[in-house]
Order: sequence, then C-alpha cells, then structure tokens
Amino acid sequence: MSSSEHTVSHIHRDDIASRMGMWLFLFTELLLFGGMFILYSVYRYNNPDAFHLAAKELNTIIGTFNTAILLTSSLTMALSITAIQRNNKSLSIFFQLITVVLALAFMVNKYFEWGAKFHHGIYPGSDTLLAKPSGEVLFFGLYYVMTGLHGLHVVIGVGLILLMTYYTAKDVITHDNYMKLESAGLYWHLVDIIWIFLFPLFYLIT
Amino acid sequence: MSDNSHTSHKAHGYGVYVLIWLSLMALTGITVAVAGINFGGLTVATALVIASIKTYLVLTVFMHLRSETVVFKVFIAVAMFFLIISFVLLFTDYSFIVRN
Amino acid sequence: MSNKNHNEVSYLEYQGKHKGLLGWILSTDHKRIGILYLISLMIFLTVGITFGLLMRLELLTPGKTIMDPQTYNAIFTLHGVIMIFLFVVPGLPAVFGNFFLPILIGAKDVAFPKWNLTSWYLYVIGGLLAIISILLPGGPTDTGWTFYIPYSVRTGTNVTFALFAAFILGFSSILTGLNFITTVHRLRAPGMTWFKMPLSIWSFYSTAWIQILATPIIGITLLLVAFERFFKVGLFDPALGGDPVLYQHLFWIYSHPAVYIMILPAMGVVSEIIPVFARRTIFGYNFIAMSSVAIALFGSLVWAHHMFTAGMSDTSQLIFSLLTMIVAIPSAIKVFNWVATLYKGSIDLQVPLLYVLAFIFQFTIGGLTGVMQGVLSIDIHVHDTSFIVAHFHYVMFGGTGFGFFAALHYWFPKMFGRMYNKKLAERTFWGVFVGFNVLYFPMFIMGWLGMPRRYYDYLPEYQIYHAISTIGSWILVPAIFLMFGYLVYSAFKGVKVTEKNTWGGETLEWQIDTPPIHENFIEIPTVTEKPYEYKSNDLVTQLSEAK
Repeated sequence: MSSSEHTVSHIHRDDIASRMGMWLFLFTELLLFGGMFILYSVYRYNNPDAFHLAAKELNTIIGTFNTAILLTSSLTMALSITAIQRNNKSLSIFFQLITVVLALAFMVNKYFEWGAKFHHGIYPGSDTLLAKPSGEVLFFGLYYVMTGLHGLHVVIGVGLILLMTYYTAKDVITHDNYMKLESAGLYWHLVDIIWIFLFPLFYLIT
Repeated sequence: MSDNSHTSHKAHGYGVYVLIWLSLMALTGITVAVAGINFGGLTVATALVIASIKTYLVLTVFMHLRSETVVFKVFIAVAMFFLIISFVLLFTDYSFIVRN
Repeated sequence: MSNKNHNEVSYLEYQGKHKGLLGWILSTDHKRIGILYLISLMIFLTVGITFGLLMRLELLTPGKTIMDPQTYNAIFTLHGVIMIFLFVVPGLPAVFGNFFLPILIGAKDVAFPKWNLTSWYLYVIGGLLAIISILLPGGPTDTGWTFYIPYSVRTGTNVTFALFAAFILGFSSILTGLNFITTVHRLRAPGMTWFKMPLSIWSFYSTAWIQILATPIIGITLLLVAFERFFKVGLFDPALGGDPVLYQHLFWIYSHPAVYIMILPAMGVVSEIIPVFARRTIFGYNFIAMSSVAIALFGSLVWAHHMFTAGMSDTSQLIFSLLTMIVAIPSAIKVFNWVATLYKGSIDLQVPLLYVLAFIFQFTIGGLTGVMQGVLSIDIHVHDTSFIVAHFHYVMFGGTGFGFFAALHYWFPKMFGRMYNKKLAERTFWGVFVGFNVLYFPMFIMGWLGMPRRYYDYLPEYQIYHAISTIGSWILVPAIFLMFGYLVYSAFKGVKVTEKNTWGGETLEWQIDTPPIHENFIEIPTVTEKPYEYKSNDLVTQLSEAK
C-alpha cells in the first residue's frame, strides 16, 4: 500500500475528462463574449447608419492582416501537437514559439491601431467621442471593450503557450502525454474563433 | 471506464492542417471582397455565414471535434443552443418594439 | 512518509501531506472541501440573516425606526447580494454536492480535485470582497442586488467592489459546475447507467449546466457596469446613448436561470429524502429525472418575465409569459410525484422529512404565485411590490433554504459520525416553520394591496402587516440560530454514530463507513439496481420489525 496520498501509480489519468473539462471552460468563454455579441447585435440593429459611419475609422487592412496572423497561429498550434505526437520535440517547440511570435505580432498591430485612435481623440469618455452621435459612441464603446477583452485573452494565451513550451522542453509534455498542450491548443483556437467573428462585425461593415 | 482514459486523437497529418488553413485564408479573402460590394442586409448575412463556416472548420479539424465521441458534439450543440436562443428571444423584444 | 492505513480512519482524522489546519485548507478531499464550504457558508448566512432581521426591525413602523434611508438601502442590497451569491446559489451544490456527489455515484473524488479547492478559495475571496465593500469609504452599495442602470453608474457607493465580488463568485460557481459535469460523465461506478443514478445527481448535473452556461453572461454584464463606471464607455448609460433595458435583459439572462441553480439541488434532496422516510420507491423516477433537465432547459428561456413593466415590446411580453407557464409544468410534475410517493407509504416522521414536507408546502405556494406573476395583467399590478418579495422568499427560502436544512439533518450523522438531539430538532423545526410563514405570508397580502418593495417608508394602512411580519422574524431567527447552535454543538459533542445506515436509505452513501474513509470506498462497488428499491431491503425490514 502506498503511504502518500497520490503516488504516481495512483494518479488515474483520464484524458477524456481533461478534454471535457477544457471544453466546458471554453463554453464559459464563448458565452462571456456571447454576451458582448448580444450587446453588439442590439445596438447595431438600432443604429445601422451610425455603426456604418463609425466603422470607417477602422483600418480594414490591419484588421485583415491581423485575421491572417491569427489564423496562421492556429495552424502552427495544431502543427505543434502533430509534431509532439510524432515525437518530434524540437519541431513542436518551434511551432509553439512561432505561435507566440504571431500572437505578439497581433498585439503589436493592436497597439498601433488603438494608438492611432487615441491620437485622434477617440477613446471612451473623450470629448471628441462624446460629441459624436450616440450610435458612434456605442460602436466605439463596443470596439474597445470587445477587442480589449479579446486582446487580454491573447496575452493570457501567450503566457499559456510559453508555459507549454517550457513543459515540452522539460519533457513534462511528451509524445504519449500531451494533454496539456492539447488543452492550450483548444484555448488558442477559441481565441481565434472569437476574432473570426469580431473581424467582419467591426471592420467589414463599411 | 479506464480503458480509454489514455486515448488521444489519431494524429492529423501536417498536410490536413495546412489545407484547412488555406481554406480559412481563402474564406477570409472572400469575406473582405464581398464586404466591398453593397448588398445591404445580405452583406452582414454573408459575412456571418462565412464566419460560421470558418468556425466549423476550426472546431472540427483544429479542435478535433470530428474525432471526439458524440458526447462532445452534444455539449457543443447545447452551448450553441443556449447562445442562439438568447439572441432569438432577445430580438422578440427589439424587433417588435414600437417607437415613438 | 508513512501514516495510518487510510482505510482505517475517517476523512476527519486522515492525515495526508499536511497536518492540522493546513490539512484542511490545502485538502483536495471533496468531503473536506464540502465542510469548508459549510463553515464559510454558515458564516455568510448568519450575516445575511442579521441584515434581514435589521430590515424587519426598521419596517416595524413607518418612517424611521432604527436607521436612516441610505442605510436601509445599503442593507437590503447587501442582504440580497449575500443571500443570493453567498448562500442560495452556492449552497447545496457546494456543500452537499461536493460531499456526496462522488459517493452517490460510487467514485473516490470529483474529476478535478484541485479545481474544487480553487473554487472554495474563490468563494471565500468573493465573500471577503463583498464584506470589504461595506467598510470602505463611499459606503456599501445601495443599488439593490440587481445593480440596475443608470443608478449603478451614478451612485457614489462601492458598487465596483460588489461587482467584482459577484464576478469572482461566478468563477467559483463555474468551477463547481465544470467539475460536477465531468465527474458524472466519467466517474460513475460500473453498472451505474444514467437511469440508475440517484435523483439528486440528475439535479446536480442539470444545475451544473446552468452554472456553466449562464454564469458567464452575468460575469460580462457586471464587468461592463464596472467599465461603465470607470471608463465611461457608454454601453448602458442612457446619457451616453446606451439602453438600460438591454442591461436588464443581460442581467436576467443569468439571474433567472440562477434561481433554477438555487432550486434544482433542493428538489434533488427532496427526491432523496422522501423515499427513505416513506419506505417506498420513488414514484415516477424517469419523470423526475427528465423534469430536472426540462427545468434547466426551459428555465433558460423565461428571463424577461422580470421585465414586464420595463418597456419591452408587447410581442416579447406575450412570448415570455407563455414560456413562463411552460416552465411551471416540470416543477409541478415533481411535486405530484413526491406526493404520490408519500401516499400510502410507511411514513417515518423524522426531522429531515419534516423539513421536506414544509418544502413541498412552501414551494407550492411560491411556485403558484410565480405562475400568477407570469400573467401579464397581474404582474402589472404586483411588480415591485411585497408580493414579489413574498414569492421569491417562499421559493428561495421556503424552498431551497428548507431543502438545505433538510439535507443538513439528513446527512449530518454520515458527515460527522454524530447525532443531534432529535426532540430538540423537531421543536426547532416548528419554530422555523411557523416563524417563516408568519414572516412572509403577510407580504403577499400587503403586496397585493399595493405596498411597494425596497421602500423605507410606507402608509399607515400597511403597518399591521409589517408588524406581523416582523414578529415572524422574531420567531424565525432565534429558531434558526438555535438550529445552528445545536448542529455545531452536536458536530463536536453529539452522540456518536457508527452504524452505516442511520435512516435505512438505499443509496450508496448509506453503505459506507460513518464518517466515510478518505477514499469513500474500500472497493468501488458494482451497481446492479436502481436506487430507492425498497421491496427487498433487509435493513428496512429489520427496522420496521424493530418498531
């Protein structure tokens, strides 16, 4: 009989349970953003012209570029899992790091986008913004909150993936025990999915 | 119960993922192109449909939903149902309201 | 490091990696976590009850009785926030779900024991934030627990603290739900198919889905109010173009399903207790099981019945009114099945059954008045009156609260290996029951006659009802504190209980040691029968012969 509470032989590994737990957590993220999409849909329904006008302030090119970046980062994340399944540790780490680089590039773009707007005086509570019609105030309120929270999730994702990189390097994640990496991957794909919806709703309504 | 506890997915090849990625990029391109053309309400609908297709691809292939058991698919259906029905019922208020 | 064979000692005495107090607050044992929740919950419940008592004191006379209006507003807000987010919502799942769900399905623990402990830490942090919000400059929130726009962005009180408290408590709730769903799917004992699970598991499972899906919506809504206060984002504030009714929609999309988070586990407990004390198999197991799922499902579709007077479209009012009628049906099915189980059963009127019978009586009143409120023409008249206050106290307190007390008295011997004084418990029950009804029933009447809720002052014609109600609180509250008193005393000094099956129950917790060992089962059982099969139970026969 083992003496301590949880020796390795007693830890009952259940990958399906881990995946199930992760998916359930992702549902909470889906609904967190879902609440904001609900807000967006009502305000857009009520202020179609103001939204159209306000969206012109956004840079479609940066938005498209960021979409491409994020989609590619999803690819590299998926590839990193295939790599570790095939016992190709360094390739997996490589793909994970590329994912991080892409995520950071996304944030850099975001920084410039927001910076440009702040420079033009368009930020929550600013006089310039409040002088605009209320529909535009709503648009920008939603823009900052939704892309801001999304950006926060990107940053959290970066931290998470870097942690996975560390685990992979230290052989905590191996070719027959990579559930952690899969979970991080699931999280990352959800962040991507949210952006897939954010992008057209904010950048493509001109 | 513990037999399949160590199951992981059969590996998708690198190629499959790249193919899906190409589709996603193409769909993004289409969305941007369509947005330039003014179909009115149809533009929004098109954008959302394309976004949904992209989401479906990410869910089924990147997130391995295709190879999961039925339980996971039921889960996703339940979550989506809750979100969608909230939208629908909410709009029974906003689309029928009589404004002064 | 060697320690005692963990099959020989109860979970209370078990020593793992940590000793003493650390062994409790760092424990990932679901039973210890259940006890931790019980202790912290009872503390917050006591605070909430005290606020309620103070409110009733103030309302004894029109005008000022013991406090000024600002204080009164803060107190009813905190009473609501504490009772809802710190007692009724977490309550049964966090205490009894944590303690008994794994045991009832024949498992050694939940699927994610560490996340389980985390959920308790989040609970405590959220609770502390709520308490701190009372003490900081600016004063406690005075918006009502519903934080309606625009007042919640205008008031200078500590709304943001309260919002963050609720946000963190939401996370705690989500983690519990996530754990329970995964546990039920993955850790049932061999042979326990879905339709062989005890009914309380169906309840906890359905509740868990609501916790996962609905809680994030209030999370984001409250976060947005905080942003509105700090950054003037303009999403809800009508002065900036926002829509305050939209805030209400988002708020109630969670808060209505939340009331099903509150009631479903209590219904599960009732379904557990009735067969035991009627010595009969439950009537209509399948219907009760499916009705739990139906309540969770339909309960998510009715939220706007809290907003009939807020300015919604007529079409949506009709739709939500219709859906509200529909959601009453599965609840009624349960009540019919419970009563049918009791009918011609061999009734053993122990204290748990007393609380359950009170539950059925009070929940029926609460539920029927809920259906009344779902009728648009009636709601115009009773919305924001004491009638509503009476309704929700009958279901949340008379229902869930009494369900919680029933669970306490039912599972107490198994949890602590000790028994309370049954005579004292019985007498205290009558104090609680009479006090509860004297406190809340007059509110139906005065609400119907026009007494508004959340009002500090009122017309003299209502005073008689207020006086009766306050007297009810003077019966109820001492009785409840007496209950807490004897339960705490008995947990340490009560008569020792070592027999496995105190009441003659037929579910798995009554086949293991009292109190349970660390891993619950020496060997995971194989389940062959449905629960509550009383026909061929030797123990039951012995007990009834002994009488």
